[in-house]
Amino acid sequence: MKDLYESQRAMRAMRRAAMQRGVIAILDVGTSKIACLVLRFDGPETFRESDGVKSLAGQSSFRVIGAATTRSRGVRFGEIDAMRETESAIRTAVQAAQKMANVRVDHVIACLAGGEPRSYGLAGQVEIEGNHVSEQDVARVMAACDMPDFGEGREVLHAQPVNFALDHRSGMADPRGQIGQTLACDMHLLTVDGNVISNLLYCIKRCDLELAGLASSAYVAGCSSLVEDEQELGAACIDMGGGATGLSIFMKKHMIYADAVGLGGDQVTSDISKGLQVPLATAERLKTVHGGVVATGMDDRDLIEIGGETGDWDLDRRTVSRAELIGIMRPRVEEILEEVRVRLDGAGFEHLPSQQIVLTGGASQIPGLDTLAPKILGQQVRIARPLRVTGLPQAATGAGFAAAVGLCLFAANPQDEWWDFQIPADTYPQRSLRRAVKWFKDNW
Amino acid sequence: MQQIEHSPPRRDPAPSRLNYRMHRLMLRPTVRRALRFGLPALCVAAAVGLYLSDQGRRDGIAMLVDDIKSTVRERPEFMVRLMAIDGASAGLADDIREVLPVDFPVSSFDLDLTRMRSDVAALPAVARVDMRVRPGGVLQVAIVERIPVAILRTSNALDLVDRSGIRVAPLGARFARPDLPLIAGAGAEDEIDEALELFAAAAPLADDLRGLVRVGKRRWDIVLDDGQAIRLPETAPVPALEQVIALDQAQDLLAREVQVVDMRNPRRPTLRLGESASERMREIRALELGDD
Repeated sequence: MKDLYESQRAMRAMRRAAMQRGVIAILDVGTSKIACLVLRFDGPETFRESDGVKSLAGQSSFRVIGAATTRSRGVRFGEIDAMRETESAIRTAVQAAQKMANVRVDHVIACLAGGEPRSYGLAGQVEIEGNHVSEQDVARVMAACDMPDFGEGREVLHAQPVNFALDHRSGMADPRGQIGQTLACDMHLLTVDGNVISNLLYCIKRCDLELAGLASSAYVAGCSSLVEDEQELGAACIDMGGGATGLSIFMKKHMIYADAVGLGGDQVTSDISKGLQVPLATAERLKTVHGGVVATGMDDRDLIEIGGETGDWDLDRRTVSRAELIGIMRPRVEEILEEVRVRLDGAGFEHLPSQQIVLTGGASQIPGLDTLAPKILGQQVRIARPLRVTGLPQAATGAGFAAAVGLCLFAANPQDEWWDFQIPADTYPQRSLRRAVKWFKDNW
Repeated sequence: MQQIEHSPPRRDPAPSRLNYRMHRLMLRPTVRRALRFGLPALCVAAAVGLYLSDQGRRDGIAMLVDDIKSTVRERPEFMVRLMAIDGASAGLADDIREVLPVDFPVSSFDLDLTRMRSDVAALPAVARVDMRVRPGGVLQVAIVERIPVAILRTSNALDLVDRSGIRVAPLGARFARPDLPLIAGAGAEDEIDEALELFAAAAPLADDLRGLVRVGKRRWDIVLDDGQAIRLPETAPVPALEQVIALDQAQDLLAREVQVVDMRNPRRPTLRLGESASERMREIRALELGDD
């Protein structure tokens, strides 16, 4: 626990250093593509008090000055499978983005979809010292949360306090300075497989980059795709990627649950490839150009040339009707959505006041998904594209870039996590040197 | 028969590790600046240094520069052909030509006007000198001469001095400049003005006047022809002289046998008589007092 704390704090310090330098890179290591954005921070925007809400909800302090996407290599199910391949794919993306930005980036914030994310809800309670809730009380109540046994080799990716309760009042955003006796805290803890993280770290290190932050792609996709009321009232964001489908549930602007299904667009492609006996590249082209999930009478007559260059005329001149293609794709998409439904049910999504479901990610662009999804997930479903951020090229505004854009927002204003709060004083080592330093800091 | 085309194996689009590192290195601001400015400057410096590393080439360049300089220098526009001396008497002009050994024609770049000017100014008879090269190749020397106002007799020579007591030229004989008054004595040249005033006041005695002698660097004696002397006080010598002149005009004082008229104390003028006169005086006194 201690080393995670230290490393996360180190990453936060790195992020602060990068913000000071003004340039930071965003790296979305996905199964189908690797996206790299270079952000430039020009310092806090200058708005008058009377302006009220800032433009773009305060997200305009940065600007995307470089963007590059490359086909992902060596990544399966959102996890790194072949290190060298992934490393060279990251290099490709970073170099192209640097070239576009014409600036060198040293700090990178990455996100990952795989690693079997698991959510835990934690609760802690302490009697506060004195009348007012102080920073130290907040630190103590978070330290008092009973840590679940999340197993050997798993790392904490996010640990966000989602709710504070003071005596009988719950749902507080900021209890500091308030008067009460008992402070309780609910925390959402997300763990992933430690090996997946260390593989990613290794790849990034091999590219001479410093990691300034790490996030779950389901979480950041939710940040960029859900509008403010959905985040406030409760919604689930389903990031349908290539190798994994992440889902995150937001409530009161906090992520309260995240999970991932190890199925995605790549499975659809491989189904087409197997069903039609075509190479994966051809299957991918058929899926993106002609694919769909709802067949109509017109689709029976719509014959698609499969094409090919094997040299066998019969094989290369085959045609397939669009209805057949839909027939292959639809069961797999249904399976993904049903799996998601199961996860949502398991999380107790039906108890939320608002049951908005937002589909995003590359695979959400399949035509007809807006007809299919309500049949499985319920009536409140919409297909979303990520928020628009300044300087983002048109090519990178699609639903497939939800995680990348969310990571930009995460880089600009990250939510306070456990390690951003004070360390409780009683966990300091008994050597009094650090305590003395702290005393000096506080008093001088 | 259809030719089956095998496409060549696709090149890996990913940059190699070295390529990636080089690219990042090139994006460093210092490296980019060094490449944009430092490298060209270094190349130019290296090329110039390499070219100049040969002694022969260096000499060649130096010679070329000298050639160009001398062609500019020796253009007729810059040549000085003669020297014109204004405001100097003939003897002084000869002296000036002597101290300025310039072989005309000469380029005006080769004339060291400052040094030449100081040379000329060092001549005693020159009060002020202005030198310039006039258009048309003439070295113009404008002289203001010192004007001698008196003759100073020292123990072994006669000198002409100007108003500020500076020797202008030696003088062969007193009769060469009978128009100038003669002064003598230690410190006489420092009080030329006072001497001239005294000479002006002594105009009635001009025929008999031989000169002025400065005594003890503080007062003047007027020396007349037959060894007569008028001793003047330190302060206000002119009224004392006028007093003597008035006495002379009223009573023919100086025509009598008086050796010294002592006016050092103007309230008590004293006469020293000549030997015969004092003998006579004694006889008269004896007569007046009666024979013993």
